[in-house]
Amino acid sequence: MRKTMTGLVAGVGLMWACGTSAQAQELTIFWAEWDPANYLQELANEYEAETGVKVTVETTPWADFQTKAFTEFNAKGSAYDLVVGDSQWIGAASEAGHYVDLTEFFTKHNLTQVMAPATVKYYSEYPANSKKYWSIPAEGDAVGWSYRKDWFEDPKEMEAFKAKYGYDLAPPKTWAEMRDIAEFFHRPDQKRYGIAIYTDNSYDGLVMGVENAIFSFGGELGDYQNYKVDGIINSEKNVKALELYRELYGFTPPGWAKSFFVENNQAITENLAAMSMNYFAFFPALVNEASNPNAKVTGFFANPAGPNGEQFAALGGQGISIISYSKNQEEAMKFLEWFIKDETQKRWAELGGYTASAKVLESPEFQNATPYNKAFYETMFKVKDFWATPEYAELLIQMNQRIYPFVTAGQGTAKEALDALAADWNATFKKYGRNK
Amino acid sequence: MATAVMTSLDTKSRAASRGMSDIRIRNLFIIPTILFLIVFNIFPLIYSLGYSFTDFRASSNAAARFVGLQNYRELLNDPFIWSNFAITAKYVIVSVTGQVIVGFGTAMLLNRDIPLKGLLTTLLLLPMMLSMAVVGLFWKLLYDPSFGIINYTLGLGSFEWLSNPDVALYAVAITDIWMWSPFVMLLSLAGLSAVPKHLYEAAAIDRAGPFYTFFRITLPLVAPILMIAIIFRTMEAFKTFDLAYILTSQPTTEVISIRLYKMAFQEWQTGRSCALAYIVLIMILAITNIYVKYLNKVKER
Repeated sequence: MRKTMTGLVAGVGLMWACGTSAQAQELTIFWAEWDPANYLQELANEYEAETGVKVTVETTPWADFQTKAFTEFNAKGSAYDLVVGDSQWIGAASEAGHYVDLTEFFTKHNLTQVMAPATVKYYSEYPANSKKYWSIPAEGDAVGWSYRKDWFEDPKEMEAFKAKYGYDLAPPKTWAEMRDIAEFFHRPDQKRYGIAIYTDNSYDGLVMGVENAIFSFGGELGDYQNYKVDGIINSEKNVKALELYRELYGFTPPGWAKSFFVENNQAITENLAAMSMNYFAFFPALVNEASNPNAKVTGFFANPAGPNGEQFAALGGQGISIISYSKNQEEAMKFLEWFIKDETQKRWAELGGYTASAKVLESPEFQNATPYNKAFYETMFKVKDFWATPEYAELLIQMNQRIYPFVTAGQGTAKEALDALAADWNATFKKYGRNK
Repeated sequence: MATAVMTSLDTKSRAASRGMSDIRIRNLFIIPTILFLIVFNIFPLIYSLGYSFTDFRASSNAAARFVGLQNYRELLNDPFIWSNFAITAKYVIVSVTGQVIVGFGTAMLLNRDIPLKGLLTTLLLLPMMLSMAVVGLFWKLLYDPSFGIINYTLGLGSFEWLSNPDVALYAVAITDIWMWSPFVMLLSLAGLSAVPKHLYEAAAIDRAGPFYTFFRITLPLVAPILMIAIIFRTMEAFKTFDLAYILTSQPTTEVISIRLYKMAFQEWQTGRSCALAYIVLIMILAITNIYVKYLNKVKER
């Protein structure tokens, strides 16, 4: 009897031990539903082949991504081990203790040098300039532009454009040129329109679109160090940038007031617009003839410069973080160690993911791999981002509330909209004790 | 009294003969239901009431701090919230009025002897059987200024329904009217079929005109059931979320439930959103009470 009991206990113990070990051989990464998540799953399959650790990339539609991720964080759930979270989340997630502090990991692997500086600053570091890091830059992304090469290179169009504007028709180098080109191609009677820009105000679409103009006009959203916004968000530069964005809205296809990445790709695939704003991560669909009948005549360019020659773009993309409630943190750390290796980053880029590795980005191999990679490389070294403070969602909604009526309906003036936004943001920062 | 006792005994003995005593029925059905209601309805209701007096944020690990009536005070002084309430009120009025007119009108037409009446009634009920999300996406296509069939049929060119801040709310209301008029129609049909025929015959003998017959016979007799439809539809329209959220993102269509959703699940202002939910609940209760009082008056007439 005693032997039987000992055997039973030993058996249960062995099963428990095996169970734990088997559990540690699996990792789940949570991300939004889009092509890069599929590329990451392919990369993860290679990790499994190499190490035997199964990595599953679980996805959810973009509309639910933030809600679902934070619901899981708030419940301290261990369903996911890693998350490829939006850059704006980093303040909220790190201050609430949802993310594992990766500062030591960052220092050990010298990631501030390995990754493109802007990606480290916006995807990983919080608070700004604190040298505390919460994620590894994973999917680099920024806003760029696609355009209809065949429309631009049509001799008749070129001649007419030159006659009207006095310079050659070519991908715009400045926002002023972009406005001229949009106006030139805007022909509602032919169901052809000048430009497709972001207007959707349910999350960060419109704000990112406007940021492209603001940053390139030399403007800023505020001082991220001391939360000062007066005279910055409502500066003369920002007013001019917002006015131009409103003007561009006049050259968009009809019904363009709730448009984001899907619609902006459709503007090119369905012959609607001459130029279209979108994240680089959505450009693979535009070079694929199966999804874009105009693939052969679609070109790409980086966000143009503002009136003073400054050229920046709104940051997209995400960093990958370990969730504090994961039971497999050690295993997750090993995955990240593998993920940051040069050869993995190279492979990540080959699969279609946007590496943030400076070395890979700078390589001619990467820059010549697609028609838009060069523009992507140029952009990733001059990107800026929205506030990453824990109350970023309130700031985002306030910005949407103030600028949307002006951009899409011409209500009020740009100055009024931005003055009101400055007041809203001041009140929010005061509420959370940021600007004393 | 004796009859009542007998009946009660009979019921008891019948239940007992089937092997189900009153106590067993209570234990098997009533207690679990009450427990379910307490756990999933009453407890969260009280819990969220508690949160509405705190600055709790579900996204942070910080403990909830009691702030008294601050959330309520701030919400009631927030011009954006009042604007959301005004939009909701406008939407409720337009949508419910439209549904009553279309639904009751259709019921009047169907209350006649027409061929294929049953099939027609069933077909007209189809919109309310669809899911809100499907209806929203379907109407988004119909309203499309480039290839939508509405502009094509009405010859409106590239008229913008959902991108025009002045029109978007009406576009959402039209969709809601299309979807829910059949509900009003169904209830109205039930009311109309219950109107005694002899009243119309008497009116015909007295040579009463259609106007007089409608306002003196039809409407008063159908009014109580129509009021019930209005109460249901008002409550639903007040809570509307899906249609407005899917169809458009205009500030002029941001009804109070969309604001509440954003506050709770995008901004993670949990305490504040609980307070807003209570304000909405109180408003719905107040409106419903007014309706019920009016309904009782109509019934008394």
